[in-house]
Amino acid sequence: MADKKIPEINAGSMADIAFLLLVFFLVTTTIQTDAGLYQMLPQWVDKSDEVEPKPKNKRNVLQIKITASDQLIVESGQESAQINFEVLNLKAKAIEFLTNNDKTPALSEKMTKAVIVLQNDNGTSYDMYLRVFNELNAAYNTIWEQASRDKHGVAYDALTEEQQEEIRMAFPKVLSEADATDFDKK
Amino acid sequence: MSKFKKGKKGKELPPISTASLPDIVFMLLCFFMVVTKMRDADIKVRTKVPQITEMRKIENKSLNSFVFIGPPSSQYQELMGTAPRVQLNDAFAKPADIMAFATQRRTEIPAAQHNQMTVSLKVDAEVKMGLVTEVKTELRKANMRRVFYMANRRSGS
Repeated sequence: MADKKIPEINAGSMADIAFLLLVFFLVTTTIQTDAGLYQMLPQWVDKSDEVEPKPKNKRNVLQIKITASDQLIVESGQESAQINFEVLNLKAKAIEFLTNNDKTPALSEKMTKAVIVLQNDNGTSYDMYLRVFNELNAAYNTIWEQASRDKHGVAYDALTEEQQEEIRMAFPKVLSEADATDFDKK
Repeated sequence: MSKFKKGKKGKELPPISTASLPDIVFMLLCFFMVVTKMRDADIKVRTKVPQITEMRKIENKSLNSFVFIGPPSSQYQELMGTAPRVQLNDAFAKPADIMAFATQRRTEIPAAQHNQMTVSLKVDAEVKMGLVTEVKTELRKANMRRVFYMANRRSGS
């Protein structure tokens, strides 16, 4: 009995156990989806001590309204308002407006003066809002990328934080949100 | 050459060893354990986020708090209805509860990092902006002004 060899342990079922564990982890976990868009909200001011902002020259304002039925109304500078604007064309429109640099008298004087105002309705869907917001961010990102390539010859992401800051100061992002309209109450 | 063939002829194929199979599966297991994260909050609302192209990653996860907005998932619909709701931590809440939520978060995070605190809004694509704006207004009042709209990457274009 004592000099008998210990029989080899069958490792065949080990794979099954490991698979079971694997399935358990697959079920209980989620692949992390922590991507999205940042926005800095403006400081809260009470209505009573709100200062009336100095009226901007209309040519320096790109106004985008999203209606309750998810339609876009775009008013670029002094151009007449365009109804039923396509979201896909918004990025090009914003870039045209921002980088005008006094070329067209109806559009912005220079980028440091240009403002984009986004206004949505309470009935606007979040999907539409974020798609519009995304396109406007894309416009700024494209401008910064271009500025970085012109000035430093490398991609914007490859710059140091100070250099990025410098570009953001030269081409500031002024994207403000007007108070939402309420179609239902009107 | 012929000698070699003769030797092999008639012999059975050796069985394929499965001893390394557990190792392979454990490797897979480890991979999944590393790339995934345990569900920490029980999400009670449906949050099918919109798809966008300009993606940023959350910078500092420990300074991040979540606000979920969406229609209650099917097991809560009997109780809560189907209208979109706000969820803070593990419970349904009203937009007005955000103030208390923000104060609570401030006590957990050192004061030096308060200006880096972010709030991730995980909002269902079909939610109307009225509710989202209400939440954003409350966040402004509570001085939690860095928000992060969670979204999925849009493939193509």
